[in-house]
Amino acid sequence: MATKQKLQSRRERLKEAAEKAPDIHLISAEKIESMGQEEKVRFILDEVERGKVLILERGLTPDEEARLIEQTMREVDQDKFIGIEMQSYGMDHGKNMLQRLAMGGARPRMAVIGPAQLLQFVSKDSEKIVTKVIGESDE
Amino acid sequence: MGLMQVLESLSPGKWMKNVFGKKHARVGIYGPPNAGKTTLANRIARDFTGETVGSASAVAHETRRVRKKENIDLIAGSAKLHMDVIDTPGVATQIDFHEFVEDHGMEEAEARRRAKEATEGVIEAIRWLDDVDGVLLVMDAAEDPFTQVNVTILGNLEARKLPVVIVANKIDLPEASPATLQSAFPQHPVVPISAGEGTNMEQLYKIMTKHFR
Repeated sequence: MATKQKLQSRRERLKEAAEKAPDIHLISAEKIESMGQEEKVRFILDEVERGKVLILERGLTPDEEARLIEQTMREVDQDKFIGIEMQSYGMDHGKNMLQRLAMGGARPRMAVIGPAQLLQFVSKDSEKIVTKVIGESDE
Repeated sequence: MGLMQVLESLSPGKWMKNVFGKKHARVGIYGPPNAGKTTLANRIARDFTGETVGSASAVAHETRRVRKKENIDLIAGSAKLHMDVIDTPGVATQIDFHEFVEDHGMEEAEARRRAKEATEGVIEAIRWLDDVDGVLLVMDAAEDPFTQVNVTILGNLEARKLPVVIVANKIDLPEASPATLQSAFPQHPVVPISAGEGTNMEQLYKIMTKHFR
C-alpha cells in the first residue's frame, strides 16, 4: 500500500515537473541543412521565443550566427523575451585535406540555443558544452 | 614567394598600395560588453591626436552607437599606419534591463531605455563588420575567453578574411590570465595590455602597423 502511494506520488511529481519543464528539441542536420539562411534564423527564433531549447546536430555558420544575433536584438521585448543563450563549437574544418574534400568545405558543429531566461551557460571547452535549464516554460 | 602571392601582388589594389604606400585602414574595435573597447579607443586616440572617442563606464552597454575617430596617424618605431578607429557597441545575445537596475541602481525607465538602445547598438556593430579593414577584438583577460560572442565575432572575421589582433585587456587585474587567451586562440596574435593604465601599448601599436597595413 505504501509503495503504491509512493509510486503515485512520484508519477504525479513527474507529471507536474514535465508540465513546467521546457521542451528540448534535438534537430537533425538534415532538417537544418534543408533551410536557407533566413528560414533557419526564423525557425530558431520562433521555437526559442516559444520557450523551446534547441540542440542542433549541425549548428550555424558564423554569418548565420551573426544574422541570428541581429534578428534576436530586433525581437527583444523586455517583458517577454530578453534574447538567446547560444553555445556552439564553431566550424569543423576537417583534420586533413582528404577529410576536407570529403566534407565539401568547412561546416558547423553541434550547437545549443535557447531562451536566455531559461538557459544558462556554465562552461565550455573543445569537447564539452555545459548549460543549465534554470527556469520554467510559460507554454 | 608562392604563385598565389605573386598573383596577389599584381592585383591593382595591391599595386597601388605598393606604389603609394600604406592604405587608409578602418580598424574596428569589437568585443563583448565591458571588455574595455572604448577605453582602448580613447587610449589610441589620445596617444596620437590628444583627443578622445567617447565616455567609458563600468556599466555595461555604455557605448550604444558606433563612434569614430578619423585620420589617426599611428606610429610605432619607424612604422606608420594611417587609420580610422571605429569604436563599436558591445555585442551580446541577450540584454536584460533588470541588470542595470539591480547592479547599478538605475531607475527602471532609464534601464529600459538603455536596454532598448543597447539592442540597436548590437545590430549596428554587426552591420559594421562589412565596412572595416581589420579588427581589434578586445577580451577581458580575467574572464573566460570561450564565450559565444567571441566565437561568433572571430568566426565572422575569419570567414571575411579580415586581419584580427586579439587584445587581452585588463592585465592590471590580479585574476587576469592573458596566457589563457594565447592558448585559446593560437592562430591569432594576442597582445596583453591594460588600456586603462596604458601598459604594453607600444607592443600593440607595433603589431597593428604590421597587421593592418
